[in-house]
Amino acid sequence: MTKRQRIVVVGHGMVGHRFAQAAVERGLTETHDVLVLGEEPRAAYDRVALTSWFAHADGDGGSDALSLLPGGEYDDPRVRLVLDSVVTEVDRAARTVTVVSPPSAVGSRDGRQNALLDQQGVPGAVTVHEYDVLVLATGAAPFVPPVEGRGKDGCFVYRTIEDLEAIQAASAAATSGVVIGGGLLGLEAANALVQLGLDTHVVEMAPRLMPVQLDDGAGSTLVRHIERLGVTVHTGVVTEAIEGGSSVTGLRVRQAGTDEGAPTQVVDAQVVVFSAGIRPRDALARECDLEVAPRGGVLVDEQCRTADPHVFAIGECAAPGGTMYGLVAPGYAMAEVVVDALLDGPGTFTGADMSTKLKLLGVDVASFGDAFATTDGSLELTYADAVAGVYKKLVVSEDGSRLLGGILVGDASAYGVLRPMVSSGLALPDNPEQLILPVGTGAGIQLGMPDEAQVCSCNDVTKADILHAVTDQGCESVGDVKQCTRAGSTCGSCVATVKNIIEDHFASVGRVVDKGICEHFRLTRQALFDVVAVHGYRRFDDIVAAHGTGRGCDVCKPAIASILASQTSTHILEPATAELQDTNDKYLGNIQRNGTYSVVPRIPGGEITPDKLIVIGEVAKDYGLYTKITGGQRIDLFGARMEQLPAIWRRLVDAGFESGHAYGKSLRTVKSCVGSTWCRFGVQDSVGLAIALELRYRGLRSPHKLKGGVSGCARECAEARGKDFGVIATEKGWNLYVGGNGGATPAHARLLAGDLDTATLVSYLDRFLMYYVRTADRLQRTSTWIEQLDGGLDRVREVVVDDSLGLGAELEAEMARHVGGYEDEWRATLEDPTKLERFVSFVNAPDTPDPSIAFTTERDQIQPIAPALIPVGAPA
Amino acid sequence: MSTVAVALTPVCAVSAVPLEGGVAALVSGEAVAVFRTHSGEVFALSNVDPFSGASVLSRGIVGSRGDAPVVSSPMYKQAFDLRTGACLDDETVSVPSYDVSVVDGVVHVGSVRPVGEVT
Repeated sequence: MTKRQRIVVVGHGMVGHRFAQAAVERGLTETHDVLVLGEEPRAAYDRVALTSWFAHADGDGGSDALSLLPGGEYDDPRVRLVLDSVVTEVDRAARTVTVVSPPSAVGSRDGRQNALLDQQGVPGAVTVHEYDVLVLATGAAPFVPPVEGRGKDGCFVYRTIEDLEAIQAASAAATSGVVIGGGLLGLEAANALVQLGLDTHVVEMAPRLMPVQLDDGAGSTLVRHIERLGVTVHTGVVTEAIEGGSSVTGLRVRQAGTDEGAPTQVVDAQVVVFSAGIRPRDALARECDLEVAPRGGVLVDEQCRTADPHVFAIGECAAPGGTMYGLVAPGYAMAEVVVDALLDGPGTFTGADMSTKLKLLGVDVASFGDAFATTDGSLELTYADAVAGVYKKLVVSEDGSRLLGGILVGDASAYGVLRPMVSSGLALPDNPEQLILPVGTGAGIQLGMPDEAQVCSCNDVTKADILHAVTDQGCESVGDVKQCTRAGSTCGSCVATVKNIIEDHFASVGRVVDKGICEHFRLTRQALFDVVAVHGYRRFDDIVAAHGTGRGCDVCKPAIASILASQTSTHILEPATAELQDTNDKYLGNIQRNGTYSVVPRIPGGEITPDKLIVIGEVAKDYGLYTKITGGQRIDLFGARMEQLPAIWRRLVDAGFESGHAYGKSLRTVKSCVGSTWCRFGVQDSVGLAIALELRYRGLRSPHKLKGGVSGCARECAEARGKDFGVIATEKGWNLYVGGNGGATPAHARLLAGDLDTATLVSYLDRFLMYYVRTADRLQRTSTWIEQLDGGLDRVREVVVDDSLGLGAELEAEMARHVGGYEDEWRATLEDPTKLERFVSFVNAPDTPDPSIAFTTERDQIQPIAPALIPVGAPA
Repeated sequence: MSTVAVALTPVCAVSAVPLEGGVAALVSGEAVAVFRTHSGEVFALSNVDPFSGASVLSRGIVGSRGDAPVVSSPMYKQAFDLRTGACLDDETVSVPSYDVSVVDGVVHVGSVRPVGEVT
């Protein structure tokens, strides 16, 4: 057996992380150990979305949300990540790297240093690691031009979370800020300054914004959008000096193309952010005599291998064929290529699609293919609407048969269709202008895309890959496909295209995927919800008469029952809705395999008195029920015959219990740890909050079951992030996480907002839950709902936290109506003889129990005996 | 048909069967599910769900699939044609269906009908 090989990865940015992920997924860790050395104090995070850090509340919440490895370690123990590790030297002869963990890391920032101490001994110590394979993924550094005064206080770059923290701190005392550089990253930085409340300027040397991606028409359209947001754009100017004493007071600029001594102008600013491009961090390679490209970057071949066969370079620090790529997608591709090479695969990196689509300060911008019409004989088709702020340009081949590239500003919805047309060489239609004319003609845009067309350029996923995931791997939704192929999981720009491909496929095989929930309604659940709300319907008959066909089924009837329950707080067994309910709701219990039901009284937050425990025990004993503790911190009683349910519940209700809604698509439990009341580590009363939340949202009918959790400190003993909504105590209040679940496809909840006081927490939760109840598909958990929302978690945050739709008060009022209208379903049932009528074994023999139900005993409790299956198809 | 005639057993008032719902009845020791559709038609099938063996079909949701009145099993949701007992999700499966009539507002259940015979 061959000895295990050691891979050392220098750098834990997005690309280093992707390498580690790919190594695990593709089985490289079966033969190789991977040591990843990260220089920053944090594990890899999403630098592409860096600006969204500001949108989160203060504290480390934003960093958590950006993290690509929230737990800080890989599931595969053969991949080890060590942070705060600066590689100072590579010895290629000895095949070692020398690591220093800087003393500055000691005792600072957060508790992670303790982990570092555990792993590495004394910080500041020098460690030497041997390697068989070295992968350089050191990224790039911001380029700061040699401008006079660039070292003053108030000058920053825009690359790491630490940079953002510093900019945020400096902005507190500032009124205006300026960004040097009007490229993609510069505009992101400007966005950040606007969010920090600064009077914001952008200074760009070129005559237009984003000179690499946009032409003049697109650039000026973008300027109009951005100036409308209050950002002052200065194009065609160069920076002469940073003014001020020890701190910045302004920026002196003059027109580009004029000589020194020409008239200058001063832009007042107390914050200056340099965003004038990036340079590969290739110093390690230079020092160990590896060749670098003329414009920087470790020179590597098509397998990303340097001249030393043991050393690879990937991402922004690498220059395959002499060119460095400052985007994440090519970096990901390089990471995959190296893993492939180490598995003796044939993969090569031969250049990348530099297409870009993003939302800058709320404006859609896309540039793809030959955007500047550099191809011989190419022609341009342009559409511009200065009023709407839309600019679109297509570059087509001389004969008009093929699309070569294009630029979109203000409306990039066509990007998902257009960009694959470039890479696939698909023939253009006869009237290509239709592709960029305003919507209305948009229906014609859905062209047949060839299977080899690349749909997700970030993760190199083709249409064929997506179809394969759908046809052979059981994927049914965008969420499934994302998980399976990674399509749409990085920048998200192709999500709409992915969705179309899935829907087109299902339509082509005759499967009803359309928006309709079943054959009776060609409406989505969300549309049904709105229809019911607008018309004030209360009866299925009225809804199906006006908006459907037939007499309904086990899909639409429970869905409508749930919608009616969400909107009206009427008892679900009222005559108008009783027969719409799924069997669990119809009998207020969970049906089990032999036709008996389980009984689950609510135990809010998992807190219960000894007296109540005894009642549950006595009831179980008297009715011979099997008892088991549930995952939601309550007790399940199994084996109740349907006709026994009222008597059992009478006992429980009399003892002060109420329905636990274990049978409903509704709130189940809010699980808690014991919190600050008892726990020596707890910082807030998690049990108290869990009880309050469970009582607030009990009985809320929702598209799927809902679970919550509250942990009293960051140790997270309540596993709150495995719930649809999870609350974790902080020193200052509560962090709110949403979209988690266990089950077949576990999902970790992600941070919605941090350090909230209890009142704000509750209002955000009210809004979140009601928004979900209103807009999710049937049987869609919160995680997939968020995933499929256009804009994902950011969209949820806009609606819930920023109240961008102005719906906040309405959603809260709906929740208040629910809370006010709550009654215990079982108590109300017991008090209404007509509701009790259904709880009989046989309508003509109410005293005869179902003879097919029988039990045996196992481990001192009952167990069902499987009913004998009758021979099917034959008359009995 | 060679079915042996069995006396019709009175089971319950037709009003005791919810519209678009069902009840279970005991007929000659067998559990029978009696359903009433939206148009007021009454049907009877064996109450036993052939996929689980549990006696539960009367608790299913009554609706339609295409032109067929159906009940969907509360256990695993297969739809059964109320007129014939045929499972619409698995053509090899069906449940026994019973003659049924309403006389003076009372539901009467008769004998099991041969497979495939429609009312």
